Amino acid sequence: MTSALASVLGADFLTADVTAPSSGIFDALVPLPVLLPLLAASLSVIFARLRNVQRVLSIVALLGVVANNVVLLSRVDDATGDAAGGIVVSQAGGWVAPLGISLVVDRLSAIMLVVSSLMLLSVLIYAIGQDSEERRFAAFHPVYLVLAAGVSASFITGDLFNLFVAFEMMLVASYVLLTLGGRAGQVRSGMSYIVISLIASTLFITTLALFYSATGTVNMAELAERIPELSSGVRTGFSLILIAVFGIKAGIFPLFFWLPDSYPTAPNAVTAIFAGLLTKVGVYAIIRTQLLLFPADAQQGRLLLVVAGCTMVVGVLGALANDDLQRILSFHIISHIGYMIMGLGLFTLAGVAGAGFYVVHHIVVKTALFLVAGLVERKAGSDRLSRLGGMVRSAPMIAVLYALPALSIAGLPPFSGFVAKFALVGAAIEAEQWAIVAVALFVSLLTMYVMSRIWSSVFWGESEDGVVMARLAPGFTKVPMLMTAATVVVVGLSLALLVFAGPLYDLAERAATDLLNPQRYIDAVLASSTNVGVGG
Amino acid sequence: MSVLLAFAAAFLFATGTWLLLQRRLSRIIIGIGLIGHGSNVLLLTSSNGRGLPPIIDSADPTDFADPLPQALALTSIVITFGVTVFLFAVGFRSWKLTHDDVVEDDVEDRFIARRRADRDVEESEAAEREHAVEEDRV
Repeated sequence: MTSALASVLGADFLTADVTAPSSGIFDALVPLPVLLPLLAASLSVIFARLRNVQRVLSIVALLGVVANNVVLLSRVDDATGDAAGGIVVSQAGGWVAPLGISLVVDRLSAIMLVVSSLMLLSVLIYAIGQDSEERRFAAFHPVYLVLAAGVSASFITGDLFNLFVAFEMMLVASYVLLTLGGRAGQVRSGMSYIVISLIASTLFITTLALFYSATGTVNMAELAERIPELSSGVRTGFSLILIAVFGIKAGIFPLFFWLPDSYPTAPNAVTAIFAGLLTKVGVYAIIRTQLLLFPADAQQGRLLLVVAGCTMVVGVLGALANDDLQRILSFHIISHIGYMIMGLGLFTLAGVAGAGFYVVHHIVVKTALFLVAGLVERKAGSDRLSRLGGMVRSAPMIAVLYALPALSIAGLPPFSGFVAKFALVGAAIEAEQWAIVAVALFVSLLTMYVMSRIWSSVFWGESEDGVVMARLAPGFTKVPMLMTAATVVVVGLSLALLVFAGPLYDLAERAATDLLNPQRYIDAVLASSTNVGVGG
Repeated sequence: MSVLLAFAAAFLFATGTWLLLQRRLSRIIIGIGLIGHGSNVLLLTSSNGRGLPPIIDSADPTDFADPLPQALALTSIVITFGVTVFLFAVGFRSWKLTHDDVVEDDVEDRFIARRRADRDVEESEAAEREHAVEEDRV
C-alpha cells in the first residue's frame, strides 16, 4: 500500500514546496460555479424572512454562474495559445495535483456547466412564477442554490472523493426539495428515494476505499495512470462497481426502479430540475470515469450496450402503461438514459460525440416537457390523461409549448432530437452493432406513440371532467405570466439547439476527441506536480 | 490486525444488509448506519492499518499511518450522519402522519397487487361456480 504523500514527495516531504505554480486569470473562474451559489445560499439563510431579497440573490447568483460558465466554455473551446489545450485546471488551495483537490474543466464539463446553469436559472424563474412552494418555504432558495452548487461541483471536480462530496451536496438538497411540504405521498416516496441514494453513497465510499487500497490515490488523473498497472480482473471489477454506483443515480436498467416513484411527488418545478439534471449528472459520471480511468480492455462496451437496450425498452413500456402525465414523463427519462449509455457503450468517436449531444438535447427538452406538464396541471387542475382534454382550444399557447419539445424528443426531423438520434444510430451502424440499432429505432417509434398519446388525450378531444375541475378551482385556471415566460425560454433554447445543431455537434465531437485521448487530461492536471522541489 | 478489521467490516456489511431488508424505517436506518461503519472501517484499512497515528513529527513513512483515508473517513462520517438525521426526521413525519414507520409499497406495486387481487377473486368465483355446477350434476 502506497501513501500518496510519501510516494509523491519522498522522505523529505516536510520541507518540500508543495504549492502549485501561480495560475492564469481563467483558472480563477473554475471554482466560481460552486462558490457563487454557496455564498448566495448562506446569505439567503440570513434573509429567510424577506422572500424578495432571496429571489434577487438567487437570480443574481445563477446569472453570474451562467455568465461565468459561458466564458469558461469559450475559453476552453478556444485553446489557441494555451499549452494545456482545451483544459483549464485549478488546484484548490494551491496544493499540487495529487495532494490537493484538482478542479478541472474540459470541453465536456464546460458544455454541461453551461446547459445546467441555464436550466437552473430558468426553472428558478418558473418556480418564482408558480408562487407556491417557493413562497411558502423559506428553505426553498438556500436549498435550491446548494443543489446548483452540487451539480456544478460534480461537473468540475477532478477528484473521485470530491465527486462523492459533490454528489452528496446535490442529493441532500434534493432530499429536502423532494419532501418540501411533508405531505404523506412525499414522505412515502421520499423515504425510498433517500434510502436508495444513501445505499448508493455508502457503496461509493466502499468503492473509494477499494480504489485507495489498490492505487494509493483518489485523484482521477493519477488514478488513470495507476489503474492500467493493476491486474485485469481488478480493473474489470472496479469498472463494473463504478457503473453500478453511478447507474443508481443515472437510473439505468436494472437500477431505475426508484425514479418513476419519487420524481412525480415533488413540487412541479423541482421535478423539472430533477428530471433535467440529476440523472444526467450520473450519466456524466459514468462517461467521465469509464473513458478517463479505464484502459480499453476494462471498458464494458458489450455490457453497457445490453444495459442501454434494456433501459430504453423498459422505460418506454413504463411510459406506455401509465395514465399520469408526470409519471409518463418520469418513465420516459429512463428510456432516454438508455440512448446516452448506448453512445458510450460503442466507445467510438461518433458514439461518444452522439452521447454528449444527446445529453445536452435531453436536459433542455426534458426540462421543457416537465415545465409544460406543470402548466397543464395548473391550467386544468389535474395531470391525469383520462381527465384532461380539449386544451388545444382552451390553452393554445400550452399546446404549442408542448408540441415543440414533444416532437423533438420523439426524434422528428428537423428537431434536435432527430439530430441526436441520427448521430447515435449512425454511430451504431458504423460500429456494426445491429441489435442496438434495431432496439433504438423501435423505441423511437414507441416514443412517438407515447408523445402522440399525451397530445391526443390532453389537447384534443372533449373532457367534461376537465371542465368541471376548472370550474371548481377558478384560481388555478389562470397561469401566471412568469411560469409561461420561463417555459417559453426553455422551449426557445430547445429550438436554439436545432438552429445551432451543426456547431454544437462539432463541439461535442471535439469533446469526445478529448475524452478518448485521456492523456491530455492527465498531463494538464499533473503538469504542476513535476515542478515540486523546483519551486512553484 | 488487518484480518480482524476485514472481519469487522464483513460483519458490519452483513448485519447492515439484513437490517436493510426489513420493512420498518427505524431498522433500515440502523442498517444503513452499520453499512456506513463497514465502509469507514474499509477506508481505514487502506491507510496501512497497523494502528499508527496519522500525524507525527517524523519524516519516515513507516512511522505513521497515511492520514488521507482518515480524513476521507471523517468526511464520510459527517455526511452520513447528516443524512441519517434527515432520514430520522422523515421517519418521524411518517409516524406523525400514519402512526407507523413501515415503508409502504410504491404506487406501481399497489396497482399490480390490486390487479392480482381482482384476478384472484375472479378465479376463485369461477372455481366456485364450476364447483357448484359439478355438485348440481352429482
